[in-house]
Amino acid sequence: MIYNASPFAVAIFVAFVLAVLWMSSFFAKKTTTSKGYYAAGGDIHWGVNGIAFAGDYLSAASFLGICGMIAFSGYDGFLYSIGYLAGWVVALFIVAEPMKRLGKYTFTDALNNKYNSRGIHLTSAISTLIVSLCYLVPQMVGAGSLVTPLLGMPHYVGVILVGAIVIFIVATAGMASTTYVQFIKGALLIVASSVLSIAIFVHGIKTQPTENYHKFKTINATVANGEVTAIDSGEYKIIGAQQDAKGHHYVKLNKEGVNTWWALTEKDGNAVLEEALSVVNAKNGEVLYNGEPKDAQKFYQVGHASKIIVDGEEVTDSGSLGPFKFLATIGDSTIVRFQKTIFLDKDDKVQLWYQNPTSGKDIMTPGLKFKVKKGSTFMSKLDFVSLMIALFFGTSALPHILIRYYTVPSPKAARKSTILAIAAIGFFYVLTLFMGLGAMVTGVLDVQNSNMAGPLLAKFFGITLFSIISAIAFATVLGTVSGLIVAASGAVAHDLISNYFGIPLTDKGQVKAGKIAAVVVGVFAILLGIVFEGINVSFLVGLAFAVAASANLPAILMMLFWKKTTAKGISASIVVGIISALTMILLSPSTFEVYGLLPSDAPIPMDNPGIISIPLAFITLVVVSLMTQKDAVGREKQVA
Amino acid sequence: MGGHGPSTDWGEDKAIGFKTTLGLWLFLLYVLVYSGFIWINVASPETMAVKVFAGQNLAVVYGFFLIALAFVMGIIYDILCTNKEYELNEKEDSDK
Repeated sequence: MIYNASPFAVAIFVAFVLAVLWMSSFFAKKTTTSKGYYAAGGDIHWGVNGIAFAGDYLSAASFLGICGMIAFSGYDGFLYSIGYLAGWVVALFIVAEPMKRLGKYTFTDALNNKYNSRGIHLTSAISTLIVSLCYLVPQMVGAGSLVTPLLGMPHYVGVILVGAIVIFIVATAGMASTTYVQFIKGALLIVASSVLSIAIFVHGIKTQPTENYHKFKTINATVANGEVTAIDSGEYKIIGAQQDAKGHHYVKLNKEGVNTWWALTEKDGNAVLEEALSVVNAKNGEVLYNGEPKDAQKFYQVGHASKIIVDGEEVTDSGSLGPFKFLATIGDSTIVRFQKTIFLDKDDKVQLWYQNPTSGKDIMTPGLKFKVKKGSTFMSKLDFVSLMIALFFGTSALPHILIRYYTVPSPKAARKSTILAIAAIGFFYVLTLFMGLGAMVTGVLDVQNSNMAGPLLAKFFGITLFSIISAIAFATVLGTVSGLIVAASGAVAHDLISNYFGIPLTDKGQVKAGKIAAVVVGVFAILLGIVFEGINVSFLVGLAFAVAASANLPAILMMLFWKKTTAKGISASIVVGIISALTMILLSPSTFEVYGLLPSDAPIPMDNPGIISIPLAFITLVVVSLMTQKDAVGREKQVA
Repeated sequence: MGGHGPSTDWGEDKAIGFKTTLGLWLFLLYVLVYSGFIWINVASPETMAVKVFAGQNLAVVYGFFLIALAFVMGIIYDILCTNKEYELNEKEDSDK
């Protein structure tokens, strides 16, 4: 897909980024102590912190990833919204106040409050670094996805841009600037998403989303012995045919020297060829989009309803709909999704997206992405359960969320800010369903990158809304990345250098070490963000949740609620949680696809490790703690 | 080694025991409702397609309910905790 930058969009974007940088410089002048750098002085109002929580949490995964996943897989994307929000229940009822009571700058402080163990300092600092990096990757990928349609620049430019700005922000001002950026951005994102949702309701659903929407052609075909032998068209000539791994047939047609791919299907009992989208990577390095170079702009944005039912009547335009009517109409209609398949045509690699009319009933229930219905297996269902568990337990184990509890003045303020966060985040997550489904039916989808669905939907409703939403979404990434880098730099400077290695640092020295660590972590994140281009960011964040839940949550919960927990038990649990979750992810089918290998060759047949790695970390903690009761030091000291 | 302890000082909170117990019970209640959602999806996914309210299927209604429930339970938790803090702590402490 080719995106042309609009000067207006660029102006809004630049103004937004400059405002963020100004804010950062403003707070930099006030940040001279480590308490100011890591905990914003500990005197942020709970209302500001609550919305800043929302800003931190409504990251690239939420606006870009969830909207994209709903746009491509329907309700299955909304499962992420439900799981992410449910995770705040754990944060509110179990973690918020104790974390605030026990910690200072990092969650390691809280974890180590009654043990003062070097082992905990080391393992939890490493855990913070790993989880932060896992979470940083999707944010960077999201940044690249935003910059492409906004500024017309390649993906890697977006990643480097975000990395550079964030390193500047974090290396100057720390948590105070991050908090206020997140507060403003969190509020703006919710307002802008509400406007976008209203625009969707007003627009309604149409079989032809816009006048310029590409009309996909259908040609009658004659099939003999499973092969297309003739077509009912004087314009096109059959010049080839292939099958994919599932046995579906595709035919290559030529018209005026341009080759296009068509999917063989059946309509009313007759064999027909339906026009598909294709990207062909030729052996000589040439890349053709629907048979032509990219500049020809023949690779269309897609997504439409093929049959719209409103109150039992079939229509071509639903007119304006209320929120519930919108969902009900999608549920009763048929939506054309574009399904991807890959095959070889001689030496050329063909990526093809064919039309897949899907009933609204299937779109509005789980099962299009996660196999829980037709074609499900025990392992596919286990994978689904595993994801939901990781989302539930992951939130309260995320370092950049946990450190936000140190920016408010009291445990009561921590509690109140969490409740406000739940309200703001919950409202936004309801909107993701409307925005994702809206993108699905308005002909805006770029089949090569699901992460762009939200911004492209905004573009459909005008360049102003698009510019504002993209700038906010970019700020979303900036803020989340800033929070993650503050957490990671805290782990290095405060937990590792100062507490584990015992290197005495002055207050200013701690801030300086944190800033250097921020630059190093930021550079790592930029590199990883470029490597993982094109992967759905919500999927990547789901994996980060699994690692966080496995590494940190058993330690946090058991430290709070089981008096026999020992320092060695906590350290062992963190190590086992990280290693088991990461190993399972690296050997999973989805990661095998990233390696360019066949997903079916993956030794572990599930993508989400939580259901194995979280209990494993719990068991490790219990067993090691029971084995090291004699070594337990300071066990009598109760949680204050 | 050092660097531990809270970033801000505040008075003793005598309501900690109550808040911890209440938090645990509310957490378990939510886990039960959340588990129900997962269970239906796995054991009887077709049930999720049943229309239950205002033309919406169970999947949508249950999903929205889980989101709303988290907020409602949060408000209840805050009210009960605040009342207990007023009851057990000195007023100036709980105002922090």
